[in-house]
Amino acid sequence: MATESTENGASSATSCVQDGSAVGMPQLCLDWFPNQIFWLVVTLVVIYLILSKIALPRIASVLAERQGTITNDIAAAEELKLKASEAEAAYEKALADARTEALRIAAEAKAEMQAEVDLAMKKADAEIAAKSAESEARIAEIRTGALEAVREVARDAAREVVSVLDIDVEDSAISAAVDVRVKG
Amino acid sequence: MDQFIVKPLFGGDVVHWYTPTNVTLWMALAVLAISALMVFGTRGRAVVPSRTQSIAELAYGFVYKMVEDVAGKDGVKYFPYIMTLFLFIVFANFLGLIPMSFTTTSHIAVTAIMAMAVFLSVTILGFVKHGASFLQLFWISSAPLVLRPILAIIEIISYFVRPVSHSIRLAGNMMAGHAVIKVFAAFGAVVAIAPLSIFAITAIYALEVLVSFIQAYVFAILTCVYLKDALHPHH
Repeated sequence: MATESTENGASSATSCVQDGSAVGMPQLCLDWFPNQIFWLVVTLVVIYLILSKIALPRIASVLAERQGTITNDIAAAEELKLKASEAEAAYEKALADARTEALRIAAEAKAEMQAEVDLAMKKADAEIAAKSAESEARIAEIRTGALEAVREVARDAAREVVSVLDIDVEDSAISAAVDVRVKG
Repeated sequence: MDQFIVKPLFGGDVVHWYTPTNVTLWMALAVLAISALMVFGTRGRAVVPSRTQSIAELAYGFVYKMVEDVAGKDGVKYFPYIMTLFLFIVFANFLGLIPMSFTTTSHIAVTAIMAMAVFLSVTILGFVKHGASFLQLFWISSAPLVLRPILAIIEIISYFVRPVSHSIRLAGNMMAGHAVIKVFAAFGAVVAIAPLSIFAITAIYALEVLVSFIQAYVFAILTCVYLKDALHPHH
């Protein structure tokens, strides 16, 4: 094949190209086929070697590395998120504990204060009762005293009036009359 | 159609099989571009990639996922071969879009070799993996028994047409795009319709950018589909 085209080289070149222009379709010029096929095979083999020996393993490793990095980062992020939610739960728990503790303390204080207030109230009530009883006794005393004083004054006034009128009346009669009037 | 002529790089007009030609030049540029992207671009091995590295990773992930999705988990070990084909076609197509360049993938000789290589390796792989039961690929057990021989004939024909359609699809697309641009460029010489022609060239060029990628993608994904048939021939 190769020797054939070599032998017919000069004549075949003119059969496909005349005066620098193509005759018919250059794609169908059989004389050029061996050349094109040879260089195509060379090219494809070179490209295949470049790709399979250098380029594709390199890109594959880069892609794998990137995938690994992304997976690791996502895992790390997941872990951190878990930690954060744990911390949040702990914080919530502490907050709830503090709240119940505060409520408990408040209730205790309230109960204590209530007890104190009750005690003080009772004491004050007792005092007030004692004082008011005393006052009532005094008031009753004063009232009887006042009644006596009124009788005395009325007796004196009546005696004076009787003496001015020169009527001789016994003291006991006067006081009896006054008693009657005061009661009336 | 002069843009498709294969010329020796260093003078002379005899194209031996070993002659360094413009095919050699543009294939070498494709190799350089692929190395620049996939090797030089990833030299940092950075976990947070640079722009070039992320494009290389994108290409890797794109093809890897395609192989995994279409051919299955056990197809992944053939991923470097499919990656090779995909990157070569993508870069050859895009380099071909540079004005005055030579589009290696517009030649049926190039695409047919790739398609035949895929066809042969997939067929051999099927027989190596499954022995004679690989032929069950053509015997559709879910169809009614009467239909099965007819379907088997259709399946066999379509199986052997695969490399043809596989190669002509790519070469035809690339050649057609360049030819259309060439036709509009010829109209550009006429002053009256030159603006229209330039607009049309721009539009077609944009389309070609799309086609360049899509054809590489189609070639790669069909390779995956054929690979899947070889790995799992049972319907």
